[in-house]
Amino acid sequence: MSASPTSGFHADSVFAHIDRAPEDPILGVTVAYNKDPSPIKLNLGVGAYRTEEGKPLVLNVVRQAEQQLVNDRSRVKEYLPIVGLADFNKLSAKLILGADSPAVQENRVTTVQCLSGTGSLRVGGEFLARHYHQRTIYIPLPTWGNHPKVFTLAGLSVKTYRYYDPATRGLNFQGLLEDLGSAPSGAIVLLHACAHNPTGVDPTIQQWEQIRQLMRSKSLLPFFDSAYQGFASGSLDADAQPVRMFVADGGECLVAQSYAKNMGLYGERVGALSIVCKTADVASRVESQLKLVIRPMYSNPPIHGASIVATILKDRDMYNEWTIELKAMADRIISMRQKLFDALRARGTPGDWSHIIKQIGMFTFTGLNSEQVAFMTKEYHIYMTSDGRISMAGLSSKTVPHLADAIHAAVTRVV
Amino acid sequence: MDSLHPNDAILASPTSGLHADSVFAHLHRAPEDPILGVTVAYNKDPSPVKVNVGVGSYRTDEGKPLVLNVVRQAEQKLVNDRSRVKEYLPIVGLAEFNKLSAKLLLGADSPAIRENRVTTVQCLSGTGSLRVGGEFLARHYHQPTIYIPQPTWGYHPKVLAGAGLSVKTYRYYDPATRGLNFQGLLEDLGSAPSGAIVLLHACAHNPTGVDPTIQQWDQIRQLMRSKELLPFFDNAYQGFASGDLDADAESVRMFAANGGECLVAQSYAKNMGLYGERVGALSIVCKTADVASRVESQLKLVIRPMYSVPPIHGASIAATILKDRDMYNEWTIELKAMADRIISMRQQLFDALRARGTPGDWSHVIKQIGMFTFTGLNSEQVAFMTREYHIYMTSDGRISMASLTSKAVPHLADAIHAAVTMLSESVTSRVSS
Repeated sequence: MSASPTSGFHADSVFAHIDRAPEDPILGVTVAYNKDPSPIKLNLGVGAYRTEEGKPLVLNVVRQAEQQLVNDRSRVKEYLPIVGLADFNKLSAKLILGADSPAVQENRVTTVQCLSGTGSLRVGGEFLARHYHQRTIYIPLPTWGNHPKVFTLAGLSVKTYRYYDPATRGLNFQGLLEDLGSAPSGAIVLLHACAHNPTGVDPTIQQWEQIRQLMRSKSLLPFFDSAYQGFASGSLDADAQPVRMFVADGGECLVAQSYAKNMGLYGERVGALSIVCKTADVASRVESQLKLVIRPMYSNPPIHGASIVATILKDRDMYNEWTIELKAMADRIISMRQKLFDALRARGTPGDWSHIIKQIGMFTFTGLNSEQVAFMTKEYHIYMTSDGRISMAGLSSKTVPHLADAIHAAVTRVV
Repeated sequence: MDSLHPNDAILASPTSGLHADSVFAHLHRAPEDPILGVTVAYNKDPSPVKVNVGVGSYRTDEGKPLVLNVVRQAEQKLVNDRSRVKEYLPIVGLAEFNKLSAKLLLGADSPAIRENRVTTVQCLSGTGSLRVGGEFLARHYHQPTIYIPQPTWGYHPKVLAGAGLSVKTYRYYDPATRGLNFQGLLEDLGSAPSGAIVLLHACAHNPTGVDPTIQQWDQIRQLMRSKELLPFFDNAYQGFASGDLDADAESVRMFAANGGECLVAQSYAKNMGLYGERVGALSIVCKTADVASRVESQLKLVIRPMYSVPPIHGASIAATILKDRDMYNEWTIELKAMADRIISMRQQLFDALRARGTPGDWSHVIKQIGMFTFTGLNSEQVAFMTREYHIYMTSDGRISMASLTSKAVPHLADAIHAAVTMLSESVTSRVSS
């Protein structure tokens, strides 16, 4: 068969021309880390939580929920509806918008289960590209590395607005207001609900209010990325304030919600896209159109992770236990910030390192440049993204000294 | 952060969102999904004699969904293992699962696998594998036109168009014989532009249940290779068609065997009953290991902006079963039992129609393969059956044998009999010729 002219044997590959794609910059950090044989190596790349012992963590309440589900012999594995698990959707909307949210009570919110935050952003983006009159989305500079690609492939045109000020290592509020102010009316604006990734710099409540007023006056459409609710301050409600503020004014918005970090469900891919609309009828029509985005992508979402979340959210005791475990994770991160700050002060490392304790959430935007990062990787086996971002969740009391040494060396020896 | 209470001043202010219209006010209500809409309608019907033969989900003879014993076993094992964590999988998914899926599909002794010429990436069941494969081709393949059989699964056109491919059709089903329109198929593929992609159902064609014979497959293969048409297999029923995993993979292996390239979308929804866990894999068989490796790197750029990485649970269940000799054997037994029950439903329905003297040749009910029977009933007859007999099925006349039970066969046979005798001489004339 191989010798015949009708075998596929003789022609070149139809994919011979394909270039090797570069490794994903964020996930590539872990690939490189895994290859390193050094016993003192440290992975501060991906934002996955680690315990004080440096181990991944599955929350007790998650194991409990999972056991409950798997031991229930009445449970089956039938297809979920295209929009996902109904319980999960309702509970997710309540979690982000508040149990007493008028928007929820008035049925003005459509919530569809998606594959974690990324999937929610992609489905929301494709929906907007198809149905929204202004197909441009403004993303903060900097932002999560995958945001531009997600929105571009969804069919949106991606622009940026100023956000981070390297001089202050804080918010460039003036620049933000100017750039959103000069965006075309109706443009979509991506907002990190809390714990901005990668900078950890969040607007104050007063600044959020100004942003809200500006956006509403220009009919800019808010698209929130909520990946750290509960993880930023330790309080689920406090972390949801910016989103709730925008919903409380009666206006519309989109919210991509992830349970990867706050429930530690990373690999189960659990998330939800909520679209808050003016009326229940609009919300219902929007939902029908969301189904036409989801169905040709993967038909319907996976049951397991969403079932774990629903189990926890609807049980009072499990919910309370979750909030306690969540706060413990948030607190450990806050204590790592303090320890790193103290360690750099103790070494007399040049510079103002207060941003380490001011920034919020999983990441610190150190301010280190890519040469300094490369130096730290080569000489100290520290693995982090080249933009200077470190995952505080990957630090422990034991490893703080080594990191502090590495930063000190990088700052004093590499310009 | 101080908390902010919603207050009337904000709502009344000019910067509230309150006054403007919805930015989505112009949206049309999308029509209900035709396949899933059947179950929606079934659920609404209060009749005690209602029968759902719409969606292709397997049911036991008691009419209940089935979770395989070996699946429950695997799941228990996984969940009780306290050393397991929930970290992100790689973008390409669970490595073990990918390797085992390629072996299941291509055979353990496949040269393509031995030579590292196959890239396999975990995707969300069959749909996800088709979408990722389609997007990859739309980006990188020189002829982004795909030919799909007429008819095909209702969602193929949207999935492939959504991926960015241009969709055309080739003749497949012959209503006159209720079999394969082989001549038409060869003509249409023969006149396709060189290099075009061709979607092939690996076995148990959905919705018709009509599969080419092995000899016909070989002719199709030769024609396609001579015109450099690129095969894209949809493999959703391996093991479910004949009951034999290897026999059901013959068509795919034939194309992969002689050094040729192809894509395969593999689903575990039906053959492992993992429906809602969304477990599948896309394999691309390439000329060389280097090409396969570059292809894989580009597949990651399709997946990452779609959902970053695939879900762990279902793929872990599948891998647990595939790599354990005893579990694997148990799986093949449970799988064969499902396939056998479907085959017996076919026989029972055929016998029931014969017993009623229902006009026409109903042998296609036992000749067609897999989960579905393409009855040949038209949409008026289907609507009649729904209205008068509470039979829920898709309007193209397709019924899911997998959800039929022995108890429901007589009622279904009565419904078909009534529809055929009371409605439309055009069907009876087709059927009795």
